[in-house]
Amino acid sequence: MIPSENEWMDALIARHGPELHKRFSSATVAVCGLGGLGSNIAIALARAGVGKLLLIDFDHVDITNLHRQQYKADQIGRCKTDALAENILEIAPYTKVETVMARITEDNFADILKDADIVCEAFDNAESKALLVNGVLEQLPGCYLVAASGMAGMDASNTIKTRKITKRFYLCGDEVSDVSDTIGLVASRVMLCAAHQAHAVLRILAGEYDV
Amino acid sequence: MVKVNGMELDIAGKTIAEYLATTDFDPKRIAVERNGDIVFKSKYAVTVLKDGDSLEIVSFVGGG
Repeated sequence: MIPSENEWMDALIARHGPELHKRFSSATVAVCGLGGLGSNIAIALARAGVGKLLLIDFDHVDITNLHRQQYKADQIGRCKTDALAENILEIAPYTKVETVMARITEDNFADILKDADIVCEAFDNAESKALLVNGVLEQLPGCYLVAASGMAGMDASNTIKTRKITKRFYLCGDEVSDVSDTIGLVASRVMLCAAHQAHAVLRILAGEYDV
Repeated sequence: MVKVNGMELDIAGKTIAEYLATTDFDPKRIAVERNGDIVFKSKYAVTVLKDGDSLEIVSFVGGG
């Protein structure tokens, strides 16, 4: 049986304390790209009790995603936005989830992301990453940005790190492992990077800005 | 001297765009921070680097 909303929130408060829970539950976090990074980031944030998640992707679940992304075999062919929203609500049923099935471009990102307190860049493509990072930092001055670069391949876990580039811009990853130079993305190493991003988000919400 | 990703370079007086043109950085894959703030892409061509400036150029790689 699924617990009531009060039971759910009481359990989170018992874990995190009332102050942190208030900060997490009143936040809106956008996740741009719902692949290996984004699907893991979103689930970590939902488990921690982040109040509202804005999930953005244009793609469908494919069999080649399942070795690292948080989807299930019977979700192949579904929109990633719908499939991930469903999975999140099974895990954390009182999360407010809003989905946007669209490709983020220079023309639409500011409108889509305008209500987010923090934006997670979780794209696959390097040029798309740079476009979103520059766009958010230039046009959404009230927003924090947590981006990722370099998490492909089988290199050691401890090369993945979080750096603070500006007051509002955090970067996670090893910054060098390009997917095209490696065997590709491996579940555990992508999850490491996603966990860095999710934890950077929770620390910002907690008022802890150092890395 | 201008510090770029931790290295002291003799590029004071150049614009960011002029400096980038001498490097292998792909302008479509980077974000540039100067003295703590992001540099708008539209300002690369008019931002003149000064002695003592500190630049951080983030060059994104694929995967996610």
